[in-house]
Amino acid sequence: MSETADRVKKIVVEHLGVEADKVTEDASFIDDLGADSLDIVELVMAFEEEFGVEIPDDAAEKITTVKDAITYIDENKG
Amino acid sequence: MRRVVVTGLGLVTPLGANVETAWANIIAGKSGAGTITRFDTTGQKCTIACEVKPKDHEYGFDPDKRVDHKIQRQVDPFIIYGIDAAGQALEDAGLTEMDEATKLRAGVSIGSGIGGLPGIEIESINLHERGPGRVSPHFVHGRLINLISGQVSIKYGLMGPNHAVVTACSTGAHSIGDAARMIKDDDADIMLAGGAESTVNPLGVAGFAQARALNMSMNDRPTEASRPYDKDRDGFVMGEGAGVVVLEEYEHAKARGAKIYAEVVGYGLSGDAYHVTAPHPEGKGAENAMRMALRKAGMEPSDIDYINAHGTSTMADTIELAAAKRVFGDDLSGASMSSTKSAIGHLLGGAGAVESIFCILALRDQIVPPTLNLHNPDEGTEGVDLVPLKAKKREVKAVLNNSFGFGGTNASLVMKAI
Repeated sequence: MSETADRVKKIVVEHLGVEADKVTEDASFIDDLGADSLDIVELVMAFEEEFGVEIPDDAAEKITTVKDAITYIDENKG
Repeated sequence: MRRVVVTGLGLVTPLGANVETAWANIIAGKSGAGTITRFDTTGQKCTIACEVKPKDHEYGFDPDKRVDHKIQRQVDPFIIYGIDAAGQALEDAGLTEMDEATKLRAGVSIGSGIGGLPGIEIESINLHERGPGRVSPHFVHGRLINLISGQVSIKYGLMGPNHAVVTACSTGAHSIGDAARMIKDDDADIMLAGGAESTVNPLGVAGFAQARALNMSMNDRPTEASRPYDKDRDGFVMGEGAGVVVLEEYEHAKARGAKIYAEVVGYGLSGDAYHVTAPHPEGKGAENAMRMALRKAGMEPSDIDYINAHGTSTMADTIELAAAKRVFGDDLSGASMSSTKSAIGHLLGGAGAVESIFCILALRDQIVPPTLNLHNPDEGTEGVDLVPLKAKKREVKAVLNNSFGFGGTNASLVMKAI
C-alpha cells in the first residue's frame, strides 16, 4: 500500500468514524462508508490540508471512492 | 382533559452525568465549581466555572456512551450533552424501542439559551485566518439551537412535533411547559423536553463578565463563589450541561405501566417589560409567572412545599424572594426555597430543565436540596427556609420551579406527586 493510501485511509477513518478494515480502495464513501454529501466536502478539505493539494469542486464531484481520492492526490500533489 | 406526567429523566451536570450521581452529589452538598480547565484564562476577569467533568473523573461525562463519534466531531458540546440527556431520559422511561405509530406521536422540544458559541468563536477565527474555503461544512447545523431536537429525532425516529425554545435562562422551563401543552393539545402523546448549554469558552466567559453578570471577586475560592441570598454574593458562576425529561400523556403512561415521577400541573409565563438584563426591581414579572402557574394548577400557595428558585447569586435573588413572599406569604406558607445554582452554577438555557428534575427528585425522595455558601443571609430573607448549607428531609407533595432570563422572560412550573 502506498504512503498516500495509508494517509487517506487514516483521514477517512477519523472523519467518518468507521472501522479501518472497511476502508478498502474500492469502498464508496456514500454507499459503503455511510457518508453524506457534507461529509465528502469535509473529507476533501481534509485531503487538501493533509497533502497540500487543491481539489476544485468539479474534481471533488468525481471523487466517490477511496481509490478515486488516492489517484487524484498522487497525480496532483506537488 | 389530557393530563401530562413525567416518566423519564436525564442529566448531564458538573456534579454528575447521570441522574442518580448528580442528585446524590447535590444532596451531599458538593460543589461542581473550579478553576476553568477548558481554555487558557489569561486576561479573563472571571477564571472559574462549573464545568462538566471529563470521562476519567469520578463523576465525569463520557460522550461515547450515546453520541456517535462522527456527530461528536461535527457539533458543539451543548448538542452532545442534549443528545446524551435525551437518551438517558428515554432509557429511564423504557421508550428506546417504539413502534411506528408511537413514534408518529412522539416529539422533541429541547432548547438552548445561546447555542453553539464555542464553535462560532472557533470558526470565526478560522474564517479570518484561513479564508472561507476552510470553514467546516458542518458549521451551521453543528451550532443551531434546534439541532438537539433535530439530532434526537433522527437518532430515535421521533416524528411528532420538533421544536426548540430560545428564551435565555428560562429556556429549560419554557421547553417543558410548552411541550406539556403540546401533549394537552393532542399534538403528541410523548415529548422529550428540556434544555442544554455549553458556553464555557473565551467569548462566552468574557461576554458575561463584561455584562457584569459573573462573580469575579472569588476566582481564588471557586467553590464559595456561587452563594445565592448571601450578603457577599456578587454574580453567578457559569455552569454547563443538559436536563431532559420524558413527558407523557397520563393514560398513555398508565396503559404501558410506566413509572410515573410527577404530574406537570401548572405553567406560568410572563414578560418583565423593563430592562434587557436587570429584572424588574419589584419582581412583577416573576410574581405574575408564579401566580399564573398556581392558577393553572388549581392550587393554593400553601399547597407548595418546595420552590427551586432561579436564585443566580446576583442582586436579583432578593427581588425574586420578595416576589415569592407576595405570592406565598412572608414565611412562604412553610415552603422551603433553595437554589441549586449554589452547587452546579448557572446552566443558562439548561437551568430550568435541570432544576425541574431536582424538583421531581425532591418529590420522589422527600428531601430538599441545600443552598450552599449561605452563611450570612441578606436582608429580606428573614422567616424563610432557604435550606442553608445542608439538604433537609421534609414532606414534599408539590413543587414550583422558577426560571428567569435576559430580555425579561419568566417561566414557572408547578409539579406534584401523583
